[in-house]
Amino acid sequence: MRGLKHYVIIGNGIAAVGCIEGIRSKDAVNPITVVSSEPFPAYGRPLISYYLAGKTNIKKMIYRPEDFYESNGVKVLYGKSAKSFDPAAKTVLLSDGEELSYSELLIATGSVPFVPRFQGIETVKNKSCFMTIEDSLSVEESLSPEAKVLIIGAGFIGLKCAEGIKGRAKSIMVADLAGHILPSILDDDSAPYMEKILTDNEIELLLGDTALRFDGNRAYMQSGKVIDFDYLVLAVGVRPAATLFSEAGGAMGKGITINEKGETSLPSVYAAGDCTESMDISCGEISVTANLPSAYMQGRTAGVNMAGGIECYDKGIKMNSIGFFGLHVISAGTRTDETLVYEAKSDSSLKKLYAKDGVLTGYMLVGDVERAGVYTALIRNRTPLDSFDFEKMKQIPSLAPFGSEARRNMLGGVV
Amino acid sequence: MKRVYVKEEWCLGCHLCEYNCAFANSGKRDMSSALKGKPIFPRIHIESDDKITYAVSCRHCEDPMCIKSCIAGAISKKDGRVCIDRSKCVGCLTCVMVCPYGALAPGENGTMQKCELCLENSCGAPACVTGCPNRAIVYEER
Repeated sequence: MRGLKHYVIIGNGIAAVGCIEGIRSKDAVNPITVVSSEPFPAYGRPLISYYLAGKTNIKKMIYRPEDFYESNGVKVLYGKSAKSFDPAAKTVLLSDGEELSYSELLIATGSVPFVPRFQGIETVKNKSCFMTIEDSLSVEESLSPEAKVLIIGAGFIGLKCAEGIKGRAKSIMVADLAGHILPSILDDDSAPYMEKILTDNEIELLLGDTALRFDGNRAYMQSGKVIDFDYLVLAVGVRPAATLFSEAGGAMGKGITINEKGETSLPSVYAAGDCTESMDISCGEISVTANLPSAYMQGRTAGVNMAGGIECYDKGIKMNSIGFFGLHVISAGTRTDETLVYEAKSDSSLKKLYAKDGVLTGYMLVGDVERAGVYTALIRNRTPLDSFDFEKMKQIPSLAPFGSEARRNMLGGVV
Repeated sequence: MKRVYVKEEWCLGCHLCEYNCAFANSGKRDMSSALKGKPIFPRIHIESDDKITYAVSCRHCEDPMCIKSCIAGAISKKDGRVCIDRSKCVGCLTCVMVCPYGALAPGENGTMQKCELCLENSCGAPACVTGCPNRAIVYEER
């Protein structure tokens, strides 16, 4: 195999790690080059809020052991990015003019923050998005007992930032045009639990409102409110970082379209992670799943196929685990009002299950999230609801509803 | 590789495995100072329905979802065993979301813990197996 292949990976996040491990499961020798715009080895991007909260540090955030790249025969080009690639010539042009040739290419460029064109945003000096280690260091630098922090966007990124800096600033306000927090994850029933824990922890929420314009350290909101701040975090949303790919003529929707092998419409070009869109089996539609487990598994699948193996990742679904101040919410799959099959509520917890066509298609758990993975597996495996005691399973996720024989397969041998 | 297996027809549902597990991982010398009057955080748990009880702990899967899903890179394989570096874990519960067996749960400090076959503590062999009064949990190669 030596000399026949040269793998190039654009991007150095979790999808890249998955790809490296996928390639090396099939091909121990041929060289891999990773183009990393950030000056760090791959790190868990969601950890940047935990860094601010003091729960981890830069060294621990690095995803794999120190010798990961070296022991896998990977050359990482730090501080460089890809300007373009030519799928016919199989070359990648880097920001510094260097050209790399590849036999198989993985695009793993992740996502980029979406920043609306707020009037006067250029007059705000102290601001950043919240996507990278550099962003979190920039936020950290602004923190002081006097600092007022304004976060635009009450999604995953904005709220985790708010949690991370709790107690390190004078005030933290999060504004979002949506009527409740985490609009892409939570619904009207589940949002109040999470909003309460945030406001109990002195995070001020300004919902149904967003900035209209900025003037220096002052935000003029749509509602007419005027908010002074010392630091502005822009966390309105993210988009797949797919420009490189679309400019090369590849087929895409909201993200780079990939099949279950991680292949794109361009020959020898694969893609994985947040820059992609793929089949969500819980609804049968192509969508941007954008979560870390999917990024790893898509990357790994692409890697195996790039190295000449055969692997399919055909269990993709949306899933999210998010917590604030000890209150967790885990959700997965597709949830629509018409498919709701079970609901249970208490002061501290909420459970909603969704099913369609004889299989579990989604769930939402707030508070009591124990063994949520049992439900996730039912969605991913499309386990027929009539093959186990669904009534029992609705109450408590466990292996009990499967019955002795099925359980013997799960617990009685190597899985 | 030797793993923990349960013979559910022999399980009494006495929960001793949970106590032995919590004690084995407590670092304490005697069981009462380790467990008495405190909430316990075992890495094995008893499940039941009307007729049957059985213990569930990490299966040490060949292709573990938890390793692929950990946001912190805190879970890895050591000689086939799935182990967690709790100093890297931030307690995000993504592993709870993906483990089909419900085998990971937060410990006392909020970081995740799981069965590591008692090879990271001073026992050297699974305490749940040694302490099971009816030999309903075994540690063997299959």
